[in-house]
Amino acid sequence: MATLLEVKDLRTHFFTPEGVVKSVDGVSYDVQEGETLAIVGESGCGKSVSALSVMRLVATPPGKIVGGQVLFEGQDLLKLDEDEMRKVRGNRIGMIFQEPMTSLNPVLTIGRQMTESMELHLKLNKSAAEKRAAELLAMVGIPDAARRLPDYPHQFSGGMRQRVMIAMAMSCNPKLLIADEPTTALDVTIQAQILEVMQRVAKENNTAIIIITHNLGVVARYANRVNVMYAGRIIERGSAKDIYKNPHHPYTLGLLKSVPRLDLPKKEKLDPIEGFPPDLIALPPGCSFRPRCKFAVEKCMTEFPPLQAAGQGHTAACWETQKVNASFVQSQKGA
Amino acid sequence: MTQVQRAPQPQQKGEDILVDVKNLKMYFPVMQGIMVQRKIADIKAVDDVTFYIKRGETLGLVGESGCGKTTTGRCILQLYRPTSGSVVFDGQDLMSMNAQQLRTMRRRMQIIFQDPYSSLNPRMTAGNIVGEPLVVHKLVKSKQEYRDKVAELLTTVGLNPYMADRFPHEFSGGQRQRIGVARAIATRPEFIMCDEAVSALDVSIQAQIINLLQDLQDQFNLTYLFIAHDLSVVRHISDRIAVMYLGHVVEIADRNELYANPLHPYTKALLSAVPIPDPIVEAQRERIILQGDVPSPLRPPSGCVFHTRCPIMIEECKGGVPPLREVAPNHWAACIRV
Ligand SMILES: Nc1ncnc2c1ncn2[C@@H]1O[C@H](COP(=O)(O)OP(=O)(O)O)[C@@H](O)[C@H]1O
Ligand SMILES: Nc1ncnc2c1ncn2[C@@H]1O[C@H](COP(=O)(O)OP(=O)(O)O)[C@@H](O)[C@H]1O
Ligand SMILES: [Mg+2]
Ligand SMILES: [Mg+2]
Repeated sequence: MATLLEVKDLRTHFFTPEGVVKSVDGVSYDVQEGETLAIVGESGCGKSVSALSVMRLVATPPGKIVGGQVLFEGQDLLKLDEDEMRKVRGNRIGMIFQEPMTSLNPVLTIGRQMTESMELHLKLNKSAAEKRAAELLAMVGIPDAARRLPDYPHQFSGGMRQRVMIAMAMSCNPKLLIADEPTTALDVTIQAQILEVMQRVAKENNTAIIIITHNLGVVARYANRVNVMYAGRIIERGSAKDIYKNPHHPYTLGLLKSVPRLDLPKKEKLDPIEGFPPDLIALPPGCSFRPRCKFAVEKCMTEFPPLQAAGQGHTAACWETQKVNASFVQSQKGA
Repeated sequence: MTQVQRAPQPQQKGEDILVDVKNLKMYFPVMQGIMVQRKIADIKAVDDVTFYIKRGETLGLVGESGCGKTTTGRCILQLYRPTSGSVVFDGQDLMSMNAQQLRTMRRRMQIIFQDPYSSLNPRMTAGNIVGEPLVVHKLVKSKQEYRDKVAELLTTVGLNPYMADRFPHEFSGGQRQRIGVARAIATRPEFIMCDEAVSALDVSIQAQIINLLQDLQDQFNLTYLFIAHDLSVVRHISDRIAVMYLGHVVEIADRNELYANPLHPYTKALLSAVPIPDPIVEAQRERIILQGDVPSPLRPPSGCVFHTRCPIMIEECKGGVPPLREVAPNHWAACIRV
């Protein structure tokens, strides 16, 4: 496998009257060709902004990418001019958002919305583009696809609209698909349909996926590797198996223990993380998780811990990784 | 079409039933016309639903959006006047009560809503949001008693009494939901409908609120109707669970029984669609992926409403609505194939 995307020390801040919101503050990760990488974390931790930064779609002002590199197939996207960037978007990188209605144009037919970008990026003529659009809709499981091309977005159900979004995002055979909470607004049985479709078409085209979600079940089912974010930073990275079975950061551990599990005997009480996430304008000094952390020591008050090795391709930003991990392993024995 | 007789659910002698719902129907008329409005159809939001909730227990109500969960709950509280059926609360028939009588009853029944952002009045302080029901139901006699009660309520839900003067936007999502909980328990209700009360919260905060709801239940002997679409959460908090599909209850059983031994094909599909937060378990799991979308409640399928998506459908399923049958002790399913 080759490296497709390499994000280095990305920093995206919002300059608001209340102060500087450090939404993404020194984020580094990579995506390998054809793999599925998940970004998880609580709302407001910077998942969407980090993805929008890769696509250079951050609202400016108030937002600004203030530092870092986004190397896509070796080229720094942050150095491209707007014209070159437009060619990357929708062509080499596709994107799917949570609410398809906001990203579909309500007054254009589905057919027109799909053919437009293919005529632009793939230089197809109208009839060839229409034929391909119908094929794509069929590929994502829309019944009677050719006949649905003249329909408008409101004539599709929520699940069907998300299929259309996948078809559109895949229309130019992108190397990377960024899916930001693609199924959060959908019911579980529809969620299952959509994620299966997304995974299947990505596999068929060797497209890598970055899936952003707060659903730990979705991550476990679909991701090869996981970035856990907290307050604008990645605080743990590793294979899905490492993250779930061998967490080294207290926030990851807290997330795993907060969710009730359908497949295990019911617990009397859940084990939540106390407190709530910090304000990104006024981050506490030292580690931003410290105010909620059961493992905090003196050092955590003053020094933000860098990512420390926790295993092969597995890192965690905590001064007490060993203690955290031992505590998790111990609790699993009891369960 | 054959009308199938529905067997009423038996109630063991001596059991304390707080909420008793029988053959509940809630049809919303669809009107058309500019000068004269004519009814052209009915949305059958709730179509012949029967269940009970024992005092002190939690009944989970699950099913996909639009299946009628909220409408069922609102019918119990008589916020909608049901089309037909009966709703009995603590032995009293709510359907025959007038507005004045219902106002008195409402002190005993409260709701916690999903969205802690839009369900709280942004111009009221947290203290007044929590205290308002005390005034409405005339439960306090003096300013001082009011302040003391509000402080006590805030403490009960894990907020600091000094936060009473703050406005909703000054709180985090989880804290706002605590305010909603404090308001709901202000009148010392016996019954609370939790309508997706934790669905909008992040998992770590969700766990805090679930624990709070369980603590309050123990403390005040509360009875919950817990509506949610997250099956893992519902299983954690409920004693019994009812599964709805397109206005019908298709299965109802004890929590453990429902998850260990689901009978209705819809329940099975629903459970298998929930991803488990464990990559090793997930890699080995069998999945039932349902085809298609939920049909419109304006034109529900004939016979069993699930037959259009059912993996084990046979011709007879298109015939009559399958009755809810007691297939195993206390385990009811509406399917002719089980
Ligand atoms: N346009 C904006 N102006 C100010 N702050 C913003 C803006 N967009 C996002 N933010 C802030 O950036 C942080 C990260 O947001 P986001 O990436 O959307 O979070 P999530 O992890 O939920 O996707 C949040 O605290 C949010 O308030
Ligand atoms: N006030 C109303 N008027 C008309 N239709 C309604 C009304 N409330 C709900 N419905 C319809 O009734 C059905 C059930 O809705 P609801 O009870 O809100 O479902 P759920 O809570 O399970 O998502 C839906 O089709 C919905 O559109
Ligand atoms: Mg987001
Ligand atoms: Mg609802």
